[in-house]
Amino acid sequence: MKIKQLATVALTTLAVSAPVAADLVFPSLSYRTGPYAAGGAPLADGYADYFTLLNQRDGGIGGVMASVPECETGYNTAKGVECYESTKGDGALVYMPLSTGMTYQLIPKVTADDIPLVTTGYGRTSAANGRVFSHVFNFPANYWTGASRIINSIMEEAGGDISGKNIALVYHNSGYGKEPIPTLKALAEKHNFNLTLIPVDHPGQEQKSQWLQIRRERPDNIIMYGWGVMNQVALQEAANIRYPMDQMYGIWWSVTENDKLEGMGSHGYKGATFHNVGSNYPIFSDIQKYVTDAGLAAGDGSNVGSVMYNRGLYAAMLAAEAAKTAQNMFGVKDVTSGQMRDAFEVLDMSAEVMAAAGMPNFGPAFQVSCANHGGPGLAAIQQWDGNTQEWKLIGDFEAPDMEVIAPLIKADSEAYAKENNITPRDC
Amino acid sequence: MSADFLYTLEVILNGLMAGVMYSLVALGFVLIFKASGIFNYAQGVMALFAAMTLVGIQTGQIPFAHLINAIFGTEMHHFGWQVPAFLAIILTVGVMVLFAMIVEKYILHHLVNQEPIILFMATIGLAYFMEGFGDIMWGSEIKTMDVGIPSGGSLWLEEYTLGWAAEGERYWGMYIDKLDMVATLVAVILVVSLTLFSQYTKTGRALRAVADDHQAALSVGISLRAIWVIVWSIAGFVALVAGIMWGAKSGVQFSLSLIALKALPVLMLGGFTSIPGAIIGGLIIGVGEKLFEFAIGPMIGGATENWFAYVLALMFLVFRPQGLFGEKIIERV
Repeated sequence: MKIKQLATVALTTLAVSAPVAADLVFPSLSYRTGPYAAGGAPLADGYADYFTLLNQRDGGIGGVMASVPECETGYNTAKGVECYESTKGDGALVYMPLSTGMTYQLIPKVTADDIPLVTTGYGRTSAANGRVFSHVFNFPANYWTGASRIINSIMEEAGGDISGKNIALVYHNSGYGKEPIPTLKALAEKHNFNLTLIPVDHPGQEQKSQWLQIRRERPDNIIMYGWGVMNQVALQEAANIRYPMDQMYGIWWSVTENDKLEGMGSHGYKGATFHNVGSNYPIFSDIQKYVTDAGLAAGDGSNVGSVMYNRGLYAAMLAAEAAKTAQNMFGVKDVTSGQMRDAFEVLDMSAEVMAAAGMPNFGPAFQVSCANHGGPGLAAIQQWDGNTQEWKLIGDFEAPDMEVIAPLIKADSEAYAKENNITPRDC
Repeated sequence: MSADFLYTLEVILNGLMAGVMYSLVALGFVLIFKASGIFNYAQGVMALFAAMTLVGIQTGQIPFAHLINAIFGTEMHHFGWQVPAFLAIILTVGVMVLFAMIVEKYILHHLVNQEPIILFMATIGLAYFMEGFGDIMWGSEIKTMDVGIPSGGSLWLEEYTLGWAAEGERYWGMYIDKLDMVATLVAVILVVSLTLFSQYTKTGRALRAVADDHQAALSVGISLRAIWVIVWSIAGFVALVAGIMWGAKSGVQFSLSLIALKALPVLMLGGFTSIPGAIIGGLIIGVGEKLFEFAIGPMIGGATENWFAYVLALMFLVFRPQGLFGEKIIERV
């Protein structure tokens, strides 16, 4: 009897969770468990809630319902690849793996399977070269443009001249954390500042050596490429040695609601971002009405409007807009992953499109092209306000130093093409 | 004095303090291994679970709120009260004792006389179960540990030592985190208490008897089940102390369970059966890894601490396979 009941429950679960054949399928490779769950859960919630909103409010995308089958990766690259393999056969239109490690593993797979891979704010930076990476998109910003935006902000604060300054990069000792090093080295040469590299091993629970070094050397600014517990420990150690918070910058994975101290402890801490903050946008009232109040929210609602939730929401909006573009381009409702790829390549995220989605100025306006899969790399600076306990944008989305970054992208992507016998596309 | 010398001294002192933090985790492993021969893979997760429970009780969080809300469509998260830190710690100790009783009743009791590897595998299962159970019970978001422990560099010490460096040297005074000082004090009290308990109380002597020979202990009327509950309760208390100290540094979150990784080289070096070994091993690992990172790290790209701790432990193992203070195993034919 028990076995029968279990089998019934299992079959029902499968029937409910498997996407209907005609759905537009947007698999979510999420991480709600493991060391990075605190960031992964709101990210996955935002992604799922956006599609739930479209289904409830608009009847889907172009009249076709969207489904978001979730696969738990635990932020583990091997599990992420398993998730990809187990979900791609369900008609997956696009993958957003939420991990730089997974991105590197999936690049050859998605290219062979003709499925677009979108890595907003992470992944392989040189994938911005669409001539080499036909199926990978990393708009609207990447780790190199983020690093450049932070250096630009430091320059603005210093009156335009940072020659002779000491800037330390405190980074997660992984592929992700090492990504900005070539850019920062090139920028250090261009602007004549001294760059100190301070790696922190995973998970970053113990950073005493690193912060004793910072205390000894007293860099003028710190740039942090951290994730998970590394961020919280770094901020606590920075506060312990009384490092001025307004001279410390994080990349977007280091500036969430999790990355702050109690009270005024991290007041003034800054960071780069490629999307806006807060919940003062029309879409949030729709989410409240059609998703949360209807009991359909992916989470408990407490993360709505948080940095990571907004990032998931933004990523979903980009995917949905690409699906609409594909429907219009090809005149079909049930688009294929190949058509989605083509749509991503002509995606035009204008201010009007974002406003129509209920997210005016939520991210930078940008266009994608066959040659440029990364967009213009616009990023803004956000700052933690200890008084109001919230992040605030303190400037516009601005362009990075492409004079430095473009040659790096070209060199790295061409090296990849050579290693993998890829003939760059002519566009 | 030269600034370089003072900075080296600062690194050594901070290494000692970091070593104490590692020892706090290692102690829990030693207690259980000593009394039952089980390498408790779940010790790190126990520290996480204890810390989550403490914060949950302290902040009046409703256990399993997400589950209750999902099933009944309610919107409950907090009871609306705050529990004083001391009372919350006592209640958490109670939860850890209950946990020890459940582990004994539903896991260990059924595995008496099994091979150590079977018991080890059981603790792996326990660790994964507790990870999920803790998340369901208290949620996976990062929580702030606030039991009144001060943190940050000691201003008094910095100012007092500022003049120690020769004139013109770039020196900012000696830095030691107040949290690390408190942890050291707590570790000393803990080790002295555990040693006194094990040497001078009837239960302590029974624990040692069980550690020496299960069968012989049973034959003189010592209850193995009661001893296991006591040992796991004490290990739960030690896990709580470690969870408080580490949680105060990083917030209470999943990564707290990974502090067990820092305890392994300490155990390899100090021995799996010695409480003083856990302390001395921690101090050697702490100072060794910090000094290596300070002196050699910059030449080879830094981030040496994680692997160097294991290299250091392995070097000791070459000469003393049982660790510095471990019991030498003699098997006679």
